Amino acid sequence: MAERITRDAVAHVARLARLELTDDDLDMFTDQLAKVLGHAADVESLDVADVPPTSHPYPLRNVLRPDVIGPTLDRAEVLAAAPEVEDNRFKVPPILGDAP
Amino acid sequence: MAMRALDIAAGVRSGELSARHVLDDHLATIDGREREIHAFNSVLTDRARDAADDIDRRVAAGEDPGPLAGVPIALKDNLCTRGVDTTCSSRILEGWRPPYDATVVQHLAASGAVIIGKTNLDEFAMGSSTENSAFGPTRNPRDLSRVPGGSSGGSAAAVAAGFASLALGSDTGGSIRQPAALCGVVGVKPTYGLVSRYGLVAFASSLDQIGPFAATVGDAAALLEVIAGHDPLDSTSIPEHVAPISPHLDDGVAGLRVGVVRELLGEGIAPDVAARTREAADALAGAGARVDEATVPAAVYGLSAYYLIAPAEASSNLARFDGVRYGLRIDAPTTTEMMIATRTQGFGAEVKRRIMLGTYALSAGYYDAYYGKAQRVRTLICRDFAGAYERFDVLLAPTSPTTAFPLGDKTADPLTMYLNDVCTIPSNLSGDPAMSVPFGSGDDGLPVGVQVLAPALAEPTMFRVAAALESLAPV
Repeated sequence: MAERITRDAVAHVARLARLELTDDDLDMFTDQLAKVLGHAADVESLDVADVPPTSHPYPLRNVLRPDVIGPTLDRAEVLAAAPEVEDNRFKVPPILGDAP
Repeated sequence: MAMRALDIAAGVRSGELSARHVLDDHLATIDGREREIHAFNSVLTDRARDAADDIDRRVAAGEDPGPLAGVPIALKDNLCTRGVDTTCSSRILEGWRPPYDATVVQHLAASGAVIIGKTNLDEFAMGSSTENSAFGPTRNPRDLSRVPGGSSGGSAAAVAAGFASLALGSDTGGSIRQPAALCGVVGVKPTYGLVSRYGLVAFASSLDQIGPFAATVGDAAALLEVIAGHDPLDSTSIPEHVAPISPHLDDGVAGLRVGVVRELLGEGIAPDVAARTREAADALAGAGARVDEATVPAAVYGLSAYYLIAPAEASSNLARFDGVRYGLRIDAPTTTEMMIATRTQGFGAEVKRRIMLGTYALSAGYYDAYYGKAQRVRTLICRDFAGAYERFDVLLAPTSPTTAFPLGDKTADPLTMYLNDVCTIPSNLSGDPAMSVPFGSGDDGLPVGVQVLAPALAEPTMFRVAAALESLAPV
């Protein structure tokens, strides 16, 4: 099993998850994640190299539906829930020029 | 305790009871105690009155509104209701009104049930005490200084307090069964795929399942029969039908093979809870069941596997909350900064903790050691259950390691809180059904729940055993 999670690793996953952490948050989460991951280390003794992984309780089958248009969500109702809308589209701030 | 749902439905269908009167009685009960319990995020008084009046009109016109006619039901606030606030007890969805109904909500409407309100939960169903709600904790109706359990604590409390005869919750690692046990009501996690997840805000998609809360086993069976069924809108919905449950509730347990899970009665289980579980097994033996010790060795690794798999799935599912299409947006100069600000302000600490845990477990360099290994352990748990079910028709275990604990007792240390789920998690990993039935009290006088576990689609047998326990439980 991997080594204890570091403060830098927590800062890294926070960036990946689009979360901003204060220094206090970082200390707290580092400690708490280390504890949970430490508990999870109890599976270390298990030899599961030859055991296949289970991603899902039942074998998933591909599901196809008839190629027929059914009921769809009402556009006005969907857009009414959006923070900002323009010309029937979701509007966001500029996407270029940033790289936090 | 409220009237039984089945008695209400029978009375309303025959015209002896008015759905409106039943509803107003429940609203009066809510008026009396909701301030101290906080089971609801919203009570839908006007909407429910319209629905109840409509039921009464249809009965008067000679129609049958359905098997749950006029029964007030509370919905966990992570089930989508068209045009009605669905918050997941999170700031990030505060004020959001879904443009569609969850499939279970459509089934309820077709059954004549009356939705009385949306119940409080741990934010995005992540927690075991309902203390992680952005809108404040729910308290246990049996003792206001104690938690109701979680994450469906509001639904469990609503049924226990008589605010609603029935409720729906969702169970990803025990979030129906554990609060049911702590509040002294019946709670059911059905076979994975039996109940459509369409319109349930996703936490961990391979584990989430919607299920009933009720004051009695019979009421819970009636509700499960209404919400179960294949749904083309959920690609994990299974095509199999569940066999009828209600007609067999009184068939008894004579000859049934009942296994008491050794691994779930050991370290960490309070002596009074362990004693009630053994007494439940003895009671079933007295009623003619063949009771023996069962072993599910990998069950002890369930917690570790779960707290890698569930956060991994959550980190992916919760990526959709980005301030673009619905819910909270915190303005910022660029889209990336807007997403970061929105998620940072919108999510509570437990949700952030699980998103980061999951992101870490899935990240390059750690995937095999954490997520990959957890999935292999999940296979071991499935195999061990399958082995146990070759020898036994059902298994018996505690639902929660302790009775309801005081508010604030476990909030400082997430791992201590997670340990509440040790007995319930294995069934989510295997996808098999399990339910909690009240069986006596702990040394503190608070309710104890005993868990009945069964193989996939064996709900009829599971409910038979639960009904037997209900009739054998100490008063």
